[in-house]
Amino acid sequence: MSGGDTAGRLVRPFTLTGGRTKPDRTDFTLITSVTAVDPQPDGGPRPQPEHLRILRLCERPVVVAELATLLDLPVSVITIMLCDLLRVGRITVRPPRPVSRTPDLELLQKVRDGLDRL
Amino acid sequence: MTGSDSAARGAAAAPDAVKILIAGGFGVGKTTMVGSVSEIAPLRTEEPLTMAGLGVDDLDGIERKQATTVALDFGRITIGDDLVLYLFGTPGQQRFWFMWNDLAIGALGAVVLVDVRRPESSFAAIDFFERRGIPFVIGVNGFHGEHPYSPEEIRDALALPEGTQVLLCDARERGSCREVLVALIDQLIATSARGDGAAVGPAAAS
Repeated sequence: MSGGDTAGRLVRPFTLTGGRTKPDRTDFTLITSVTAVDPQPDGGPRPQPEHLRILRLCERPVVVAELATLLDLPVSVITIMLCDLLRVGRITVRPPRPVSRTPDLELLQKVRDGLDRL
Repeated sequence: MTGSDSAARGAAAAPDAVKILIAGGFGVGKTTMVGSVSEIAPLRTEEPLTMAGLGVDDLDGIERKQATTVALDFGRITIGDDLVLYLFGTPGQQRFWFMWNDLAIGALGAVVLVDVRRPESSFAAIDFFERRGIPFVIGVNGFHGEHPYSPEEIRDALALPEGTQVLLCDARERGSCREVLVALIDQLIATSARGDGAAVGPAAAS
């Protein structure tokens, strides 16, 4: 079969999700922060190896985009696996700071001060 | 603070995350800019195109290998224990724009990089942010640090809305990139202080 490599690269990540290509939650963003619950809950199904890798990486808070890079997997695949982990209570999730049309001055000033220190 | 389950014994609370987009045409220096200010080497994530609506993309004539994934480069600036700024370089190729909507949600604002040798490659990015009311500034990336045109000439050439900030910069220089980001934040501060939601406000500095 021609183009086997290309097809493999496309298809393989989704075997990790049992063929699912859509998450059951849509509120994971690129900068949603994920943290492993410590200690991990007892019981429940044993996590898959890739799930365990995620759990190790998010012992400290890490955002979805960084997880995708660290595991070299598409964000869409990571998101589906995070949904699994969230459902069984193994991770907590923190959404990004909401940004309105007029973000609060305190936040902006903080960002500006941080840039000044660069 | 928000952490309801503050069994936080050693478990660090996740910092707030905010993001700024670095946009512009293909090859205009977006990843260079992200790398200049990021505390980490730019990270890359690749997304298979099949996920996001291959059906709507015209992939005729595009080599299959190039068409299979779309890459997203990003960097990080830790502002403090409780706040982290992420910079996302948007995909430059027009056919990948369906990804931009997701990217744009929740962004503080954007920097549109322009290459004066082919400014038209950034028109679409300007149009995108203008139409969605996402605040942006223009960073004119002078290749080899050269700037043959003044900000006014560039503003005219790009037919920018009144008050849009145009900054001459060098994407390779951290200090220069920082100035562009600070100009964007100052514009947001001015808008926020006025209490109106005008997407493009005349910034205090321009």
